[in-house]
Parts: sequence; structure tokens; C-alpha cells
Amino acid sequence: MSFPILTSLVVLPLVGAILLLFVNDDEPHAGLIRNISLVVSGLVFAETLLLWSRFSSGSAEFQFIERHDWIPAFGITYFVGVDGISLLLLVLTGFLTPLALVGSWESVHHRMRAFCVCLLLLESAMIGVFVSLDLFLFYVFWDAMLIPMYFLIGIWGYDRRVYAALKFLLYTMAGSVLMLLAILGLAYLHNTATGVYSFDLLKLYTLSIPPNLQFWFFLAFALAFAIKVPLFPFHTWLPDAHVQAPTAGSVILAGVLLKMGIYGYVRFAFPLFPIAATFFAPYLGILGVIGIIYGALVAMVQPDLKKLVAYSSVSHLGIVIVGIASMTQQGVEGGVYQMLNHGVSTGGLFLIVGMLSDRRHTRLIAEFGGLKRVMPHLVAAFLIITLSSIGLPGLNGFVGEFLILLGAFRADPKLAAFATTGVILSATYMLWMFQRVNYGPVTNEKNAALKDLSPREWAVLVPIIALVVLMGVVPNLFLRPIGPSVDRVVNQIHQAVPVRIQAGR
Amino acid sequence: MMMRSFHAIVPMACVAAAGIAAMTAEAFRGRGERMPIGGLGVVGLVGAAFASIVLWNHNVISFGVVAADNFGLFVTMTLIVIGLLSLAISAPTVEREGLPQGEYYALMLFSLSGMMLMATAVDLLVIFLALEVMSIGVYILTGIRRDSPASTEAAFKYFLLGAFSSAFFLYGIAFTYGLTGSTRLDRIGSLIAAQAMAPTPMELLALGLLFVGFAFKVSAVPFHMWTPDAYEGAPPAVTGFMSTGVKAAAFAAFARVFLSAFEPLRADWGAALWVIAAATMVIGTVVGLAQSNVKRMLAYSSIAHGGYLLLALLSANDVGKGAILFYLLSYGITNLGAFGVIAALDTKEHPNDQIRDYAGLGHEHPGLAALMTIFLLSLGGFPPMAGFIAKWYVFSAAIKAGYSWLAIIGVLTSVVSVFFYLRIVVMMYMTPADSPARFPQVPKLVAVALVVSAVLIIYLGILPTRIIDLAAASISTIF
Repeated sequence: MSFPILTSLVVLPLVGAILLLFVNDDEPHAGLIRNISLVVSGLVFAETLLLWSRFSSGSAEFQFIERHDWIPAFGITYFVGVDGISLLLLVLTGFLTPLALVGSWESVHHRMRAFCVCLLLLESAMIGVFVSLDLFLFYVFWDAMLIPMYFLIGIWGYDRRVYAALKFLLYTMAGSVLMLLAILGLAYLHNTATGVYSFDLLKLYTLSIPPNLQFWFFLAFALAFAIKVPLFPFHTWLPDAHVQAPTAGSVILAGVLLKMGIYGYVRFAFPLFPIAATFFAPYLGILGVIGIIYGALVAMVQPDLKKLVAYSSVSHLGIVIVGIASMTQQGVEGGVYQMLNHGVSTGGLFLIVGMLSDRRHTRLIAEFGGLKRVMPHLVAAFLIITLSSIGLPGLNGFVGEFLILLGAFRADPKLAAFATTGVILSATYMLWMFQRVNYGPVTNEKNAALKDLSPREWAVLVPIIALVVLMGVVPNLFLRPIGPSVDRVVNQIHQAVPVRIQAGR
Repeated sequence: MMMRSFHAIVPMACVAAAGIAAMTAEAFRGRGERMPIGGLGVVGLVGAAFASIVLWNHNVISFGVVAADNFGLFVTMTLIVIGLLSLAISAPTVEREGLPQGEYYALMLFSLSGMMLMATAVDLLVIFLALEVMSIGVYILTGIRRDSPASTEAAFKYFLLGAFSSAFFLYGIAFTYGLTGSTRLDRIGSLIAAQAMAPTPMELLALGLLFVGFAFKVSAVPFHMWTPDAYEGAPPAVTGFMSTGVKAAAFAAFARVFLSAFEPLRADWGAALWVIAAATMVIGTVVGLAQSNVKRMLAYSSIAHGGYLLLALLSANDVGKGAILFYLLSYGITNLGAFGVIAALDTKEHPNDQIRDYAGLGHEHPGLAALMTIFLLSLGGFPPMAGFIAKWYVFSAAIKAGYSWLAIIGVLTSVVSVFFYLRIVVMMYMTPADSPARFPQVPKLVAVALVVSAVLIIYLGILPTRIIDLAAASISTIF
């Protein structure tokens, strides 16, 4: 038996968290606590890279599979594996967690140990979500993830943190419990068809589900994921959660948690219920377009930097939804790629906003102005990440958006046309914000003496900028493992619903 | 064979003997002298546990009215766990409040033996007897703080409504006997099954009266009115005991009577149970939102949990029956844990039972707050705690039986309930304390009991297979 690499990925942060419980939670030990968590999350990142290096990119199948009985009476297994879609999301998780940790080095002043424990538990659950191939196991991680995030927002957040944390938790949970029922329904359907219960995704893929049930099940899954993405009109929890969360929370939330919604569509909702998915995909696309335009317009008028970035996420994820709802090879591939881009660039934006807010204790755009003279390095990094978020050719955002629009155009030219406005609008609000914050004279004297990047902040931003450029210049490095798996998913849907292709939509 | 016929009652006899020993010890106890009377209870319960293990899989029946089948033994084991934890969390209450040790423990043990009898009885009259043995002990325990008006009031309310429900139950037995000429569940079942036509009004009346009697004991809406008052007035350790033990015993008997004797009439009681289960889940949760007292809040929470159990009972398939057993165990441990925390914080000067009293607990007692968080998250049904598996089990049963709407109501109410469980978490971790150092030291015994509960909860949440298999095996022997 080979080394259980995926299990070790899930367990490693958990071990780190347990280890931390043995360290005293006080001022003198804060450094030790930080180092332990940094080392652990760094090891996790290294292991995800190792996973990538040993992943065979040509294959569309699930790799590194581990399967053990868990609750045999109900056919529940501990069944994990990765394909090209989840592989890079794992790497993204591994990449962002240490950055989030380092990024909040100085902004967390109390209960350092609990903070690190929560972050590591969160990482473990996130990895669990991406590797689970058993629906029950997936749901366990999906729900378990809420608790550490709840504490991260609720304890270390800003003024209205308790409200925001609760809203985040209740919204997400309300969506996901109905999914639990749909999962149970699937298992029983499998029981009626074959005589045994099963929550095994690969077995359920092959199950033929009557169309009327598909509709209900799809709606239950889609609601859970739509809230998570968040898709308009289910996005209202997001601005609150983002604005109130501490920097690390925002980075993880935007970087990884939101991706789980999209991942859920690609991995579960679409291939499990192809008929219903084909029926509902145009509507998802329309909601995505509404999200793009609505998110952009609302972002434009935000006085608060964090809120602006939060609404920009609504807009950007709208584009991703348009991509995957096109159900074309390019669209889905672009969607998956754009998830990674959004994770990196929005994560970077939140880190920068966190740095500004650590210095000034405000995030209001009006409070800043002319930062370029004061902090040239920080502003340079800010610029690169802003441009990446807009989708400037040569940086990562462009590749994803281009693929998505290509796919969307094949599926529905009108929708693609509207989605394209998102690219323009995002340039408007991002650049306008950038201009107001960084250019012009220094209007507020409190800004005059701000320090430029510290070595720690350099350490946070350099990897992000490097990745932004790398993903823009050599996208194939990342697209190669994604491609075959996306092909598999798209074919899976089209085989079940061949009518759609003939209709030429 | 003659000797064998006594075997089924050995577990409850052990507990009753411990109760008598506790009473005797109290009689010999000098004023102010400290005696390890609680230890007698532990001995009795361990004996009962040993007896139950030996009896497992043997299906022994004593006197034709007490059946130590696996179903009954599973509930007995659950009751033993509940009993041990209750004894442990009672110790500081008894000490701080200066309650009469012997009386307290003897009543608790007698009540426990009544519960065990109730879980294993297969005759309506014996069930009634068990119900009374169980209830009388709990009535007195509720009012055991004689100097507290709230406690006395609670006991009085509980007693009056309880007596009322017992009367309903007895009346139901009388009608059933009149119709079938028997009080034995198996005979009643076969007689009812034998008549092919629609049930007579008299049968429905008998059924309805028994139903009401049970509904009172499991505090199903609309027969739940006594619950919040009784739970709030009783000492927290007693509340923990009765919110779990009484529920477990009553549900065991409820399931036995309705799923064996009255199974043929399921079409008739099913519809009523549908409405009652829905109402119990919804009202327990919604009214729970408005509470400011932790004990009252957990009272409504326990009503809501009763609703989930009713849903499992209604589903009445193999999954549902297993779910009842698993749910009772995990709910029992979790709820006792939560009340154990409340009991640990309860002092004569500061009852610390308002939700706002928990402000700053995370700072002062990080361990205790973490344990409370585990209990509350488990009650709310979060993985990887036992509560999640329990709820999942119940909803599986409901989906399998085709009660999709009830399952939807169930999951949505469980989301709403998270809101009020988290109110305590918000207080503990996210609200600074208004006056420092109000919290007493946590006695070692209680700390151990709470840690054990938490470990069991996580164990049941992560590796539930063993217990699920046991539960499934337990229900296969009967019904």
C-alpha cells in the first residue's frame, strides 16, 4: 500500500492544531505558536506541491485514491482522491493559508493560539472538502468547515463581527441542510436500484435518476452552492462577512471558501444531475450575469475598501458561473482556472487592504490618497494585483476571462456579450478606487508618515505577484492537469443529454 | 428455567438495591458526616451494566412481563451512562446546596430503576408501574431544594400535570383491557391485527389516551407546557437527569407500545404523530429563540429534540428504530454534558443561569467553555459530533419512509436552533465579562465527567459504526 498522501494532507493541519493545544496561550509563547503554525501550514503547502509533481496530468481519472469502510451499514466510505479540478484547488489552499497566517502576524493581538488552531482546523476541513469523493464525507467536511470560520470572524473580526459571523453561518447552513436531504435521497435511490446504500460519488455518477427527482435534487444542491459562491441574489452574507472578518479570514474566505461553491457545481451538481443541470444552466448563467453587473455597480460606489473588494468578488464569481454554466470545454476550463486566479488576486487584494488598515485603522477610501509618494513599494504591488484582478493581458486574470467568454459565446452569444461588460466595469471600479487611494497629493496628513513594506509584508506579497505573472505567462502549466478532468465532466453531461448539442445552443 | 425467569430484572434490581443501600446509609449518617453515598450508586450501576452485557442476545423474559431483549438492554445501557454522568454532575450541587445526600441519590437510583423497568416492560400495567416509579422520584428531585420557591413551584406543576397524564395513560390501559381482555403487548397486538376491518371508535379512544399519556412524558407539543417550568426550577443536575433519562425511558416504551401492539393501527396514529412531530420541532425551536435563561432555552431545545425522535418513531422502519436508539444515547450524553456545565457554574449566590451570565467564560474557564461549545455544537448537529450522526440517522429514516416534508422541517428547524445554541457561544467567547471572577472552581469529578462526555460525543461522531451496528442489531430482535 502506498503512502496515504491525501489523508496525511487532511491530518497534518489537525496534528498541528493539537500540538498547539500543548503550548501556553500567552504573550511570551506567541512567537512559538506562530512558528509552529507557520511550519505546519508550510509543510502542507510543500506536500500539495509534491502531490502536484506526482500527479499524472494526462489522466482524467481520480488519482491517489484511498477507500476505507466507515459506516458499512449505510455504505458510507472514507473515499478520497483528486483529479485535475481539485488538485490545483488543494495547492491554492496550501498556498494561501501560510500567507494568511503571515499576513495577520501583527493584526492579531489576543488569543493567538486559538486563532492559529482555528486557521489550521479550517485548512484541514477545506482540504477535506476538496478531496472527498464520498458525499457523506464531503458533507461532514463542508459543515465542519463552518465552525472555525465562524470563530475566526466572530472573535477576531471588526465591530459588527458577531452579527456577520452568525449571518455567514446561518446562511451557509440553511443552504446546505437541504443538500444533506438530497444526498440522503440519492443514497436511497441507489438502494432501490441496486439493493445497497451508497454515498460513493463514482457509483452515484452512474445511477440513472428520474428527471423529476433530478430537478429537486439539483435545486437542493444548487441552492447550497449558490449561497456559497455567492450567486446573486444569495450574496448578501458576503459583504458583511468579508468586511467584518480579520484579514486572514477574508483571504481564506475569498480565496478558498467561495471556490467551494463553484467546485460543488462542477464536481457534484452538474455531473450527478445532467438533465436538470442542462435545464437550469441558462438560468444560472443569467443569475451570473446579473451578479457580474450588479456586483460591479455596487462595488463602484463603496466607500470602504474591503467592501469594494467583497462586491468585486460577487462580480468576478459571476463570470466564473457564466463560464461553467456554458457547459463547454473552454467555459468550464476557464471557470476552473479563473477560480485559481480569483483566489490569488483577491487574496492579494485583501492582504493589501489589511496592510493599509493595520497602518491607518481605517479602510475608507476617502481617508487615503496619494499613497504612491509615501509607500511606493506597497503601491507597486497593489497596482500589479489590481491589474491582475481587472484581467490585463499578461497577467493571470486575462487567461481565465478569455476562456470563459469564449466558452460562453459558443453557448449563448447574448449572455457572453453582457458578461463582457463585467470586464469593462471591473476596470472602472478597480482603477477608480486605485486612483483615489494612491494618486494625487497626500490629502490627509496621517498618511504622510506611513511606513512602506516591512520584510514580513514583502514575504507575503512576493509569492502572490510571482504567481500572478506566472499564471498569466505560462497558463498551460496550470491548464494541463485541469484539461482532461474538465473534458471528462463536460462529456459526462453531454452524453446524458445529447439533445442540447444538436440544438446548437 | 425457574431461576432463569428472574434474570431479566437483574439490572434494575442492582440499581434499586443501590438505592436502598443509599437510604440505609443516610439513616446511619451522623449530622454533618460525609459519606461516599454517590459511590453506592456507581457500584449499583456498574453491576447493572455487567448484568446487561451478560443478558445481551439472550432475550430473557421474566414473569412474562419484563423482556430483556436487546432493544430494552440498549436503552438500559443508555440509562446506565446517563445515570453515571448524572451522579457525577450531581456531586457539587448536593455539596453546595447542602441537600440530603442519601435522599437525593436514593431517589435518583429508584427513578433510574423505574426507567429501566419502563424500557423493558412488555405489559401495559407494568409500564404504568414503571412510569410511576420513575416519575415520583423525579417529582421529588425537582423540588428537593425546599427553601427555593421556584423549585417548589416547578415540582408542584410537574407533579400535577404528570399525575394528570398518568390518569390519561391509565384510562387508556383500562379501555385497551376492556377491548382486548389483556394488558400484554403481544396479545393486544395479535388481537388488533386479527380484526381486518376499520378500527372501532373505542379502539381509537384507547389509542388516543395512551398516546396523550406518552406525549406528556416525552414533552411533545401541545403537551409540553410543564417542561420549561420544571426544567428551570429544578437543580441543574436534576434537570440534566430528567431531560435525558425520562425521555429515554418514555421513548423506549412509546416505541415498544406503538410499534408492536398498535402497529396495525399505524394509519390512524401516524397522521396524528405527523402533526405532533412537526409542531414539536417547530415550537420547540421557535420558542427557544426567545429565551434568556439557559435552562429554559435547553428545555425548549429538548422539546425540539423530542420532535426529531418522534420523526424517527413515525418513520417506523428499521432505520427509524435504530435511529431512536442512537439518538437517545447521543442526545443523552450531550444534554447531560451541557447541564453538567450549568451545574458546575451554579452556586447559591449566583445561579449563573442567564445567557448573559456566560459572558467572558471563554476567558476565565477556557476548558469549560470549550467543553460547552462541543456540547452545544453537538446539540446543533454539527459534524464531527455525535449530534450530527444522530440527526443524519433520523433524517435518513424519514427520507426512506417518504416523509420528505417532515425531514425538510426537521433540517430547517435544526438550522434555527443553531442560532440559539450559538448565543451562548457568542457570550462565552465574543462578549467581555461585566463582573470578573463570578465563576466557581469546577470540581474534579465534574471535570472528569464532562471530559468523558465530550470524548464520547466526538467518538460517536467520528466512529459511530459500532454503536450504529449495535442499535441495528437491537431492533432486529423485536417488532
